Amino acid sequence: MTPTIVLPVVIGGLYAAGVYLLLDRSLTRVILGFILLGNATNLLLLSSSGPAMLAPFFGYAEPEEMSDPLPQALVLTAIVITFGVTAFLLAMVHRSWRLVRQEVIEVDEEDRRVAARQGMDADDVDPDDIDPNELRTEDRPAGKGNTLHSDVDVEEQLARRYDGFASDDIALPPTRRGEQ
Amino acid sequence: MGLLLLLHLLAAVGAPLLVRWWGRQAFLALALVPAAAFGWALTQLGTVVGGGDVRETVTWIPALDLQIALRLDALALTFAALVTGVGALVLVYCARYFEPDDEGVGRFAGVMTAFAGSMLGLVLADDVLVLYVFWELTTVFSFLLIGGSGAKLAGRRAASQALLLTTAGGLAMLVGLLMISSASGSRLLSEIVADPGSGPVLVAGTMLVLAGAVTKSAMVPFHFWLPAAMEAPTPVSAYLHAAAMVKAGIYLVARLAPGFADVPGWRPVVLGLGVATMLIGGWRSLRQNDLKLLLAFSTVSQLGFLITLVGAGSEELAAAGLAMTIAHALSKSTLFLSVGVIDHATGVRDLRLLSGLGRRMPALAVISTLAAASLVGLPPFLGFVGKEAAFTALWEGGVPDRLTAVVVLVGLVLGSVFTAAYCARYLWGAFARKPGLPDSAPEELEHHPGPLFLAAPAVLALAGLVAGPASPLLDHLVVVYAETLPLIAPEAEHLALWHGWQPALGLSALTLLGGAALFALRSPFMRLQHRLAVGASADEGYWNVLQGLDRLAVLVTGTTQRGSLPAYLGTILVVVLALPGSVLLFQAPWPQEWRAWDTPLQAVVGAVVLIAAAVAVPLRQRLSAVLVVGVTGYGLALLFVLHGAPDLALTQFLVETLSLVVFVLVLRKLPSDISERHRPVERTIRAVLAISAGVLMAGVGAAALGARTATPVSTDIPELALIEGHGENVVNVILVDIRAWDTLGELSVLVVAATGVASLVFLRGRTGAVDRPGEEHASGADPTEARRAPKSRWLSASSSLAPQRRSVVLEVATRFLFHPIVVFSLFLLFSGHNQPGGGFAGGLVAGLALVLRYLAGGRYELGEAARVSPGLLLGSGLLLAGGSGVISLLLGGAALESAYFSGEVPVLGSVSLPTALFFDVGVYLIVVGLVLDVLRSLGAEQDRQEDEQDQQDPAETAPEEVIAR
Repeated sequence: MTPTIVLPVVIGGLYAAGVYLLLDRSLTRVILGFILLGNATNLLLLSSSGPAMLAPFFGYAEPEEMSDPLPQALVLTAIVITFGVTAFLLAMVHRSWRLVRQEVIEVDEEDRRVAARQGMDADDVDPDDIDPNELRTEDRPAGKGNTLHSDVDVEEQLARRYDGFASDDIALPPTRRGEQ
Repeated sequence: MGLLLLLHLLAAVGAPLLVRWWGRQAFLALALVPAAAFGWALTQLGTVVGGGDVRETVTWIPALDLQIALRLDALALTFAALVTGVGALVLVYCARYFEPDDEGVGRFAGVMTAFAGSMLGLVLADDVLVLYVFWELTTVFSFLLIGGSGAKLAGRRAASQALLLTTAGGLAMLVGLLMISSASGSRLLSEIVADPGSGPVLVAGTMLVLAGAVTKSAMVPFHFWLPAAMEAPTPVSAYLHAAAMVKAGIYLVARLAPGFADVPGWRPVVLGLGVATMLIGGWRSLRQNDLKLLLAFSTVSQLGFLITLVGAGSEELAAAGLAMTIAHALSKSTLFLSVGVIDHATGVRDLRLLSGLGRRMPALAVISTLAAASLVGLPPFLGFVGKEAAFTALWEGGVPDRLTAVVVLVGLVLGSVFTAAYCARYLWGAFARKPGLPDSAPEELEHHPGPLFLAAPAVLALAGLVAGPASPLLDHLVVVYAETLPLIAPEAEHLALWHGWQPALGLSALTLLGGAALFALRSPFMRLQHRLAVGASADEGYWNVLQGLDRLAVLVTGTTQRGSLPAYLGTILVVVLALPGSVLLFQAPWPQEWRAWDTPLQAVVGAVVLIAAAVAVPLRQRLSAVLVVGVTGYGLALLFVLHGAPDLALTQFLVETLSLVVFVLVLRKLPSDISERHRPVERTIRAVLAISAGVLMAGVGAAALGARTATPVSTDIPELALIEGHGENVVNVILVDIRAWDTLGELSVLVVAATGVASLVFLRGRTGAVDRPGEEHASGADPTEARRAPKSRWLSASSSLAPQRRSVVLEVATRFLFHPIVVFSLFLLFSGHNQPGGGFAGGLVAGLALVLRYLAGGRYELGEAARVSPGLLLGSGLLLAGGSGVISLLLGGAALESAYFSGEVPVLGSVSLPTALFFDVGVYLIVVGLVLDVLRSLGAEQDRQEDEQDQQDPAETAPEEVIAR
């Protein structure tokens, strides 16, 4: 199928203008860029269906004379969806304006923080990341659950009796609450 | 078999309810389910011992050739009986382990029963994918049981550690299973084992499957999740982490060994890891003070023992392995349950603090001793029979290579010495009276164990005792499986208590003596252990790996996410230019000949569009830019007309008009000019990118036609539309019938977008109340008499507008136009199947009518015009569109296929009604709902907030209200 010169040129022009606006920091211009890109894409889809023919209606044209209806169906819903997304983006402009009186895409502070971070912050440590040794010493002192012998200093007694006894990786608390 | 699995599922789902009704007694009812499965397994004993098997196949997804294939043979029966038998007893034990007022028991009961079912499914599965599904189910339930309520940090940590390790192994196993099934050409385990095939794919697949088995069965170096998992309540430790789940790896190795033992790499991995795990587990077990941890490491050790036996790939060791598996499951779950009783009674599990408990709880002491004796391998217990068989087998054969056999034998004997020592240590620690330590249970135990509490450990311990002398009976079952493996020893030795004076008997005696010596010398031995202790542990290695991953994630995120949206978009564009761009440049089918245009008019319209786009780029006046971009949209609509697409043109015109309205609604509050925020160099980069992208896409547009060489799929669509869809407008039939699924998806997008708009403006609710004239007065919020609208007048609410905001011309025009427009929109809707129009266009026209009412009469007028909530329109539209698909299904067609009613109706003549019309009505409603949502939120609600702000003194506004706005 032979392409026209006009349509690719229009498509290219719309894309170029759309991309330029899309790269702006002003949300309004981003939306305008988005609309131009949408228009360009719809035109690209339609132009790829082949040369212009008659409208695909029975009674108006025979099937052989009809332009390809499938891209038309795809483009039709795309138009309406573009409208929906535009409305959503405009609602974001509205929201941004109400909150901070501007409609600019700022630098994402969260991303900057992540980029500046060396390791883990203390406040967002995952339980998985806690060193087992820290777990033992800080979170759960050994013998904490064994309160039946609260009158004796358990640790001291144990230290005397089992001098040099290797304690192991994990200290488990009693699963039952028997230490009333 | 499928029925039993279903029964488990039902019981699991119903368990929380049962627990709410009956409290902890519900466990007794739940125990009946695995007990029933146990009973069923026993009834199949005759078939299986005769060498037969029981099969069941349920078709699952025929298109993918997936089926739920279940098979019960000797091996499956052995494990199924273990899993269900121990499961039932543990559930009985739970009925006393939990206190009546414990929290989360219902959840626990459900997960525990579900686990029992998945474990049963795992051992019964014949299809590798079904096996995998059950395998991962056990992992997930184990995670839930270890984590408990999630309140404890250590529990969460242990649970996620177990989950990460076993799922990682499980995923490797999935890949491995797919590889070995492709190597052997079957997905059924029975056929794979019978004929595994050969080649590097098989070897790699086998190693991956072994990775799954090794992590699941807590082999070194992945053993550390098992002791950590002891955070879970004792019944979980006894069932999942002693008898059932950790045996899954053993089961898988045993299942594959007949076909895979000779695969290169199998024996080094299985035997090496097995023996190493047995020794390390035993060594570590002797260091534990917590009875539960002692048992956990002992389990690690025994799992190493078992995998060595069943993975060796010989008849004699496989038989010993099965016997030992049974013996271990019986005695280890008994010991765990006993620890639970001790913990329950005294609140202590530290063997340094327990003293004199044997005298206080003699029954428990006897039970524990029986179980420990079986584990150690004292005659006449089953453990003795199994161990004896293992030693004999290795003495005479066992593995093809003699040297390996000797090394393995030495390792196993040493491991058994450890076993004897830690069992003695366990009994001593739990029950013995220690000098200098007061008795653990002062005068009375806090919770004296009742008979039902002791029933489960007692039954399990006695089973281990009875099975020893009865082992010749057990042999009938075991040998059916073992005979599928080659015999390496000169002759097969059957399981029995007494084989005469044999070398193995000497080895058994040696282990006992060694264990006794080790126990007697426990203090020097502990000091030795302390001296030999290495700084590194596998647990720390795991932790370091996770930390490293986190650091890597931070590094990658930090270097790639710099926080600037234009930079991200620019990067994406550069990639698009570089990759598809170069493909286009070098490989695109460039057209040989060109036409200037379809019609000269096309060139004129195209030029207008291009000029408008070029003007829009530098324009800084907000509304002017919007209008200029609008010109490209209208121009596009003309291009659509010229291309033979009237439907598109109609829709584009309507959407463009609506877009302008929405833009004006939002931008009316913003400053008129957009300030420049970019440095010249940024603008240059943008321009370069933009022009390159434009050139690229123009190239795509030109090359796209040349790339179309096949016959388009759409050549048959017009005929199809007329005959099947009963519509003359082909595009509309495509939308509502041929590709209706697409449209349904796109409708959902519209609903989401509309909801998004509303929620960004209303914030706290889907929508506010519909603003109706007069309501404000009634609520007393607005006492101004003049704003009350009399109901009788048409377009009455416009009187609520301030006089300077009213336009007589617009009001009069609206009075004339509103109803015709609505009628026209309905006409478009109903004629759309045969003429230009349809739900989208009709809905947009109706939306424009609403816009007119709003612009002429303000927000109260909008409330008058559309008294429904937009959410209702959107929802009912989606329901109608989806529902028409269901109607087609009910009428016998495919979902969303047009069905057709036609008949003679008086006055109207012959009328035909396709179900696609209902779909289109749904489209119409959704589009109207979208427009209404936009008007209500960006129009009416914004007005209302404005009015409120005018009335309110800004100084009195609380800070959080500012944020809420």
